[in-house]
Order: sequence, then C-alpha cells, then structure tokens
Amino acid sequence: MNISENTLLREENSFLAGVRDCLPTVLGYLSIGFAAGVVEKTAGLSIVEIGLISLLLYAGSGQFIAAAMIGANSPALAIIFTIFFVNLRHLLMSAAISPYFRHLTPSKNIFIGSLLTDETFGVAMNEAAGKKWLNEKWMYGLNITAYLNWFIANIAGAFFGEWISDPEKFGLDFALPGMFIGLLVLQLASRRKLLKDVLVALSAVAVVVGVSLVTSGSVGIIVATIIAATIGMAVEKWK
Amino acid sequence: MEVRWSIFLIIFGCALVTFIPRVLPIAVLSRVELPEWAMRWLNYVPIAVMAALVGQELLMPNGKLVPLQHNLELIAALPAFITAIVTRSLLGTVVAGIVSIMVLRFVF
Repeated sequence: MNISENTLLREENSFLAGVRDCLPTVLGYLSIGFAAGVVEKTAGLSIVEIGLISLLLYAGSGQFIAAAMIGANSPALAIIFTIFFVNLRHLLMSAAISPYFRHLTPSKNIFIGSLLTDETFGVAMNEAAGKKWLNEKWMYGLNITAYLNWFIANIAGAFFGEWISDPEKFGLDFALPGMFIGLLVLQLASRRKLLKDVLVALSAVAVVVGVSLVTSGSVGIIVATIIAATIGMAVEKWK
Repeated sequence: MEVRWSIFLIIFGCALVTFIPRVLPIAVLSRVELPEWAMRWLNYVPIAVMAALVGQELLMPNGKLVPLQHNLELIAALPAFITAIVTRSLLGTVVAGIVSIMVLRFVF
C-alpha cells in the first residue's frame, strides 16, 4: 500500500468514526423527529412539505413551533421572525466551534455550519476536548448521519404518527433531556476545570429559568448562555 | 402530495434565517485570530448552552415552572446523571432516562 492509499483509508476511517460517534444520538433524534413529523402532519403539511421542512430548516424546536404556527394560520413574517429567535442560539455554537475548523476553506466551513445542531455541536465539542482542531471528514460523518436520521424520522412520523396514540407512555419524550444530560456530563468530564464549569452550568440553569419565565424559552437559552459564559470567563481571569 | 407556494415561502424563509446564524460565525471567525478573552469566553459556551438546555427541559418542560414535588422528569434525571457520570455513555444515559421516566409514570 502506498502513501496516498494510506491517507485515503485514514480519511475514510475518519468519516466512519464520525458516523459511529453520531449513533448514540440517533435514538434520541429519531423519537424527536418522529414527534415533529406527527406535529407537522397534524398542522396540515403534506409529506413533501414535511420532507422539505426537515431538510431545509433542520431544527427540532424550530420545526415544532413553525408547524404549530402554520397550523394556526399565523402570518408568514411572524413565523419567520419567531423561528429566527428560536434558532439564534446556533450563532453562539457556531462561534464556539469555529476555532477547530481554522484549517478549512470558507465553503467547507459553510457546509459544516449549515448542519449544526444542539446534538452535533455537543458531540463535536466532546471530540474537540484536548485537541487543536477537528477532522473534516469526521465532522461530515457526524453531520450527515444526524441529517439523514432526522429526515427519516420526520417522514416516519408523518406516515405512522396516527397509529401511535400516546408516545409519552413509553417515555420517548425523555430522549431529548436524556441526551442533553449525557452531553453536559461528557463535556464536564472531558475538561479539567470542574469547579468553574459547575459554577457556569448552575448559573446557566438559574438564568434560563428566570429569563424564560418573563420572556420566552428561546430568549432564555441565549441570555443564559451569554451570561453564564461571561461568568466563566470572568472567574478564570480573576482567579 | 403537493407543495403550496405559501408553505414553501414560509419554510424557505425560516430556513434562511436559521442558516445565517449557523454559518456566519464559523465562516468568519475561523478566518480571524480572536483575542484571548474571546477564546476564553467561547470556551465556556458549550457548558453554558448544554446546562441551559438541560435546565429548561427538566425544570420547565412545557414553558412553565413545574412544582418540584410533581416533577417526575427531575427525578428521572437522577439515574440519567449517574449513568452518564459512571459509564460516560451517551446512549446509556438516554436509555437510563427513558426507562426511569417510564417506570415513574407507570407507578405515579
């Protein structure tokens, strides 16, 4: 085997490693995507429209809210404006992940960013712990697996949703918080600043509850992230 | 089996305003050298955003604060947290959480 074949094999392995690292999130996203498909169908979207929204919007909470607003005949601009705020947290995640892709061209960065979700971000940041950069092919493996899984789940929900009367009975709605818990703990474990991290995490929880009560859940997430990350930065500076 | 123009425009608009915040920072910030404080701040974003998502999911699942004594999700989170800490397995954590909430809902 010559050198170029060796490189090719390694690249291929990275892609498959990304696919493999995505697998733990598949179950969670399958159930959320299924639920999204059910909600979208109930809101009156056709199968093709459900396919389009899952492929173009590709955002869990955003799709739930968009479907509900479409079902309620809200004006188009109101829906688009709401979704902008619901999904604005990606701005912070995209910024946080950017240092790990300095070695890539802008078009590759755009491709990676366009498939950014809470889960792929969480998995990628765990992989990034202790590293200077992330492998491009690995990220594609992760992103594309999550993307296809989401599309399939939405379509499945649209087709089979009416037969499953009560998904909460099986606890499937807990897949999402369960996944966030796992991603949070893995983050905490992979960094060597537990005390500061726990302080940041608790601040984020306190702020998100307080702010969400007076504004909305999506504003809460954004404000909590900004304030808690600032607390972390300040504490690290002064200690 | 059709796509209505009005729905397509809504989907396209939503997709566009989601796409921009997703790609703008990674496309721009990876071109420039960020100051040290900004890197330190970004370093805490993953913890902050994940904790905020967990807090929101557990304490206010339907957008409202759930009284602690009625919050089964919070109790189910405990085995999930323990599983995550002990096994460091994402799938194990999800399964532990789902099984716990299923049992809790069955019992209570």
